[in-house]
Amino acid sequence: MGEAALFWIMAPIAVLGALGLVLSRKAVHGALSLAVTMISLALFYIAQEAAFLGVVQIVVYTGAIMMLFLFVIMLVGVDSSDSRVETIRNQRAAATLAVLGVIVLLTAVTVRATLPEEPAGLTQATPDGNVAAIADLIFGTYVWAFEVVAALLITAAVGAMTLTHRERIFNRPTQKELSIKRFSEGAPGDAAGLPVPGVYARHNAVDTPALLPDGTPSEASINRVLVARGAARSTEEFRHRPTPADIEAGATETRSSVEGEGRLASDADEPAAGDDDTTGGERA
Amino acid sequence: MNPTNYLVLSVILFSIGAAGVLVRRNALVAFMSVELMLNAANLAFVTFARMHGNLDGQIVAFFVMVVAAAEVVVGLAIIVTIFRTRRSASVDDASLLKL
Repeated sequence: MGEAALFWIMAPIAVLGALGLVLSRKAVHGALSLAVTMISLALFYIAQEAAFLGVVQIVVYTGAIMMLFLFVIMLVGVDSSDSRVETIRNQRAAATLAVLGVIVLLTAVTVRATLPEEPAGLTQATPDGNVAAIADLIFGTYVWAFEVVAALLITAAVGAMTLTHRERIFNRPTQKELSIKRFSEGAPGDAAGLPVPGVYARHNAVDTPALLPDGTPSEASINRVLVARGAARSTEEFRHRPTPADIEAGATETRSSVEGEGRLASDADEPAAGDDDTTGGERA
Repeated sequence: MNPTNYLVLSVILFSIGAAGVLVRRNALVAFMSVELMLNAANLAFVTFARMHGNLDGQIVAFFVMVVAAAEVVVGLAIIVTIFRTRRSASVDDASLLKL
């Protein structure tokens, strides 16, 4: 009874996760839905007297493999989404049809096959518990396969390192060389480094351009990766425009009232204001 | 509960994974669909092991998991290498033998 409840609750969730993997446009969303499916599969394993496999499923699949996928998605670009144009005409319709055919065929086979109505259960096969019985088999009957698989894992790790390794063709520029290059090539104004993002602006986040002393935002202060991704805030938003109140205060009132206003604004931003130095350090 | 339900679920998950491999052109998503198919097969293995009261199915599922881990490591390395040269994770862009 409890198992039936678990199955009828988790099975739709597993199928939804699988559909989410296939139908979501962004790879990150797909990876997260696949993680949901894998966790529900782990629950099914535990419900079917395979406690060891259930734990391995969570540790290896959702823990290690999905994290590896997420890392690679971050490397390749989070927003790399598929184009909707079909390379082969009617490929999607044909694939859907074929898959529906496979579902019908395999379901018909499994439902019509003469299988035991009630599972035999593993109590006889696992007298000392699931883990002990699996250990008996792995290090007894299947010890040769186990060793081969171990060799395969090592080979795979070495292969991955070989595939992703890149020789550095040029020496990495030292700080001295960078400094000389900055003086000889760049504008002298940049010799002390580019302006730090967020300085004098209303935010000190890295996506916010610095305001130069004359009130214009500096494009050079934002990381070009952020600009390329479109994640940087527009410089227009932070351009200093004198408000009517400013003009009035400057024309008629004393200087102190303007300063009072400025202090109010800085008070509002105070929790973030301490980060100024760290933000600059990260960018440099 | 009739264990055939698990088998039918495994069939459905396997077919959805196959659809992902056929339809999606992002190499990462296609690869994750392969993982889904392997997982569906594992569910069938575990179900059969319990159905017949024989632990061998669980051992095979365990080996499938290990091989899948090795496959993921190499596959992701290949995807990263292709991405470095082609600046794309789409399987359509890797159409030339020479990278």
